[in-house]
Amino acid sequence: MSHLLLAETAPIHAPSVAYSSLSPIFIVLGAALVGVLVEALVPRAERYAVQMVVTIGGLTAALVAVGLLHNTAETTVAGALAVDGAGLFIQGSVLVLSVMSVLLIAERSVDVGSAIVASAAVVVGSPTDRRLARTDRVQTEVFPLLLFAVAGMLIFPISNNLLLMFVALEVLSLPLYLMAGLSRRRRLLSQEAALKYFLLGAFASAFFLYGLALLYGYANSVDLPAILNASKASPKSDVLLYVGLALLLVGLLFKAGIAPFHSWTPDVYQGSPTPVTAFMSSCTKIAAFGAIMRVLYVGFNATAWNWRPIVWAVAIASMAVGGIFGLTQTDLKRVLAYSSIAHAGFILVGLVALDKDGIASVLFYVLTYGFSTMAAFGVLMLVRDADGEATHLAQWSGLARKSPFVAAVMTVLLLSMAGIPLTSGFIAKFYVFKAAFHVAAPLVVIALIFSAVAAFYYLRIVVLMFFAEPPENGPTIAIPGWSTAVALTFGMVVTVVLGIFPQPILDLAAKAATLVG
Amino acid sequence: MHNPALVILVLIPLVGALAVFSLKQEQAKLAKLISLAVSLIVVVYTGALGIAYDVGSQADRFQFRGEWTWIKVFNVQIAVGVDGIALVLVAMSVVLVPAVILASWNAFDSRSGAEEVVLPGAKQRSVKNYFALLLLLEFFMIGVFVATDVFLFYVFFEAMLVPMYFIIGSFGGPRRQYAAMKFFLYSLVGGLLMLASVIGLYVTTGSHSFSITYLIAHPMPDNATQKWLFLGFFIAFAIKAPLVPFHTWLPDAGAEAPAGGAALLVGVLDKVGTFGFLRYCLPLFPAASRYFAPTILILAVIGILYAAFLAIGQRDMKRLVAYTSVAHFGFIGLGIFAFTTQGGTGAVLYMVNHGLSTGALFIVVGLLIARGKSRNVDDYGGAAKVTPILAGLFLLTGLSALALPGMSTFVSEFLVLVGTFTRHKGLAVLATTGIVLAAIYVLYLYQRTFQGPVRESVAKFRDLNAREVFAVAPLIALIIFLGVYPKPVLDVINPAVKATLHDVHQTDPVPQLGTAGGVK
Repeated sequence: MSHLLLAETAPIHAPSVAYSSLSPIFIVLGAALVGVLVEALVPRAERYAVQMVVTIGGLTAALVAVGLLHNTAETTVAGALAVDGAGLFIQGSVLVLSVMSVLLIAERSVDVGSAIVASAAVVVGSPTDRRLARTDRVQTEVFPLLLFAVAGMLIFPISNNLLLMFVALEVLSLPLYLMAGLSRRRRLLSQEAALKYFLLGAFASAFFLYGLALLYGYANSVDLPAILNASKASPKSDVLLYVGLALLLVGLLFKAGIAPFHSWTPDVYQGSPTPVTAFMSSCTKIAAFGAIMRVLYVGFNATAWNWRPIVWAVAIASMAVGGIFGLTQTDLKRVLAYSSIAHAGFILVGLVALDKDGIASVLFYVLTYGFSTMAAFGVLMLVRDADGEATHLAQWSGLARKSPFVAAVMTVLLLSMAGIPLTSGFIAKFYVFKAAFHVAAPLVVIALIFSAVAAFYYLRIVVLMFFAEPPENGPTIAIPGWSTAVALTFGMVVTVVLGIFPQPILDLAAKAATLVG
Repeated sequence: MHNPALVILVLIPLVGALAVFSLKQEQAKLAKLISLAVSLIVVVYTGALGIAYDVGSQADRFQFRGEWTWIKVFNVQIAVGVDGIALVLVAMSVVLVPAVILASWNAFDSRSGAEEVVLPGAKQRSVKNYFALLLLLEFFMIGVFVATDVFLFYVFFEAMLVPMYFIIGSFGGPRRQYAAMKFFLYSLVGGLLMLASVIGLYVTTGSHSFSITYLIAHPMPDNATQKWLFLGFFIAFAIKAPLVPFHTWLPDAGAEAPAGGAALLVGVLDKVGTFGFLRYCLPLFPAASRYFAPTILILAVIGILYAAFLAIGQRDMKRLVAYTSVAHFGFIGLGIFAFTTQGGTGAVLYMVNHGLSTGALFIVVGLLIARGKSRNVDDYGGAAKVTPILAGLFLLTGLSALALPGMSTFVSEFLVLVGTFTRHKGLAVLATTGIVLAAIYVLYLYQRTFQGPVRESVAKFRDLNAREVFAVAPLIALIIFLGVYPKPVLDVINPAVKATLHDVHQTDPVPQLGTAGGVK
């Protein structure tokens, strides 16, 4: 009771805000608001071009701001936000990859209009819906939606305050739920994906909130450093701490698509418009890993002995689910979804290390994986038949005969995901395994075995593309517009260059491997 | 140490491969000419290096060393250098490549239809890609032998799978998809186990170095960790070699790969496994090598006998040759893990000879199959009367495979057996029976295909043309030359093998090669 009385009487001090350190977030949010105004004020014919300029301009400006902040290491807003190396690296990665996503979303030449439906609220199968599918009308709300999601992703990994982290989680999730339902083709699947993602996501958020409440009960604070101090000093029972952490992790693991909280991933990846899937599989994952890393490293560093086995278990579960269930898939988007689950497991292996090397390796991994997966989804957009994208495996057989170039690009990306040397995927895998080896050698060996399992389904796609005969009436390869071509080329070049000359980015990741508490 | 000699050697085939890849589909002829020219340039260049190599040098284990920082965070270097073992293996590999290119000159031209088993879609195969892949493979093959940084070696070791995978998968026989996949996955699993050991080595040595010279100079303490790390490397190399019981991928891959690809697969790629034993397993994990040696020797002898019996029973000629190789790898393994100078030197010479002789055998078998369009022995008979030149070359390569005295293979097999006998008498005796079995499978194969009444299908066979003779003849000439006068090669190999045995703390129970008399 006395607390409450005190709170009523004590004056409230507004915390100081380091506006410059948070400028990337403000820039992206500002661009998003401008985007909303554009929707309201600019004539329909010009909206597309204007939105492109606003979105890409905003993201690029934010990226520049992140670059200018590179030496920052401070907490601000009363310790709720920590602008530090790791946070900025994650922010930079999210921004670069979101620019690529925007380029993929902006693709207008492979499908009538774009991959995004003109009006998502129309009843599926109604005459209006069928008419909409044929028009080249595009709706451009997706750009501000994406910007809001990106803003959430920028706050999420730098939150040292769990309540703020929860807000960021919601800010990034809500636009994503909507974007999942925007597919122009296969509307029903897309709406199912959106609803499923929303329901399960809301559920996961509730877990997060519950965990947060328990942690507040334990530490009397929702700041991560305060929780750390409480766990170091406290003679009281740890039950609240660990139950709280467990529930918190449910929410976080869900967002990162880690088994056993992965079941939404294949359905949502399959149903969402492919460029949006590319965005989710790279940017959301990166942001979520940034947050997981911060929670575990800043808030629970002292209690690592207790949570490490759990991370081991979910890492193994994730690699097993991703590797084994991936083998049975026949749809390429689902294959890539399971691949992303398996990769989440590999990234967790790096997290187990709990040192600077661990942070740097995770940073490098999420970035390189983001590029590969983004480009792979980009390639998926190009292989089409009359019904839209031809994502069934059988439709990909003999693809190399039709377009050796597209098949070669896909092969490089798949080899990178399989971790074959001379691609970025190998360097990334090597780095996380090296970082984790001294604390978790058996886990590394298990991870290597599952890399071999996962390699099987990547190779199966290569076998199909190169060694099998093309089917009658197979899909055609669309000629991409400039924006997709740029995004694809960039993803592919980065994948190869970081496989051969990874030094600059490795240096950057090593330099960025600091988390301030 | 920034000697660029070896880096240039590695890069020549890469540049060639990129040039051939960039050609147009219709420029097949040009692709072949460029590939041949590049492969010959590599041969000449390697010859020059061989002349420049200082045989008597005591100063440094590796020569032509070049070291440049690659990935500083991991302390990884682009470090290259050759000792005697690596030098002769590089030489063997580069000699095999032009032979393979010549032998598969028309193999994928739809016009001549010379592809061994005609497949639907065979017309669409890209001829220039085949030759570009061969050169790309040569790039990785040379790289894997000259790398003196464990990380760099691993990169070449794994990346090498990719061109071979495409050679088997795109240009192979009817079950090529299966064979390519099996080949890749077996090797990948081995490679990943090795990666675990590579990381383990890096972390546990504490020095965080991948340099071989450093690791050899600072061997690990004898403990359980060393045994685990050894096993990671060993299994990877045993799959690659392949040693029984890790051999099951080779008959499939060898049978389904196009003849030229099979020659390189068995002739060179598999040597990487046995090379790995000598370069990595023995010097880096001396105690574990001694600990596991008895088991490995027994596996090697089982391999010699078991694979020889399987070879006798094969009707598919390429599978037969693949099984003979498994038996031969048993001999190489025996020589290496017997820990004697003769055994080790014999094993290295065996690798060279086996590369040349099996490479040649795959090529002549391929030439025969190209005529009969069948891999089945039963479809042939009496070919010697129709194609005397092919029969002669076939017999000569076959005799080299069964290690007839006068052929270089005899020298190496003899050295391996003598070297083994001085330490493990029983095993040497058992292994010697393998020679008898070798005579059976080679002569039985020759008898069924070339002797006897001329079959109707065989009567129309065309004998070898000059190009085909030129593909095989140099290999056979080399085999006979080394059979009569192996000294220059032995002189190069011997110091390197001695150094390796020194690393495992083993001395010969009997006197060294070339010295007379003496007691234990």
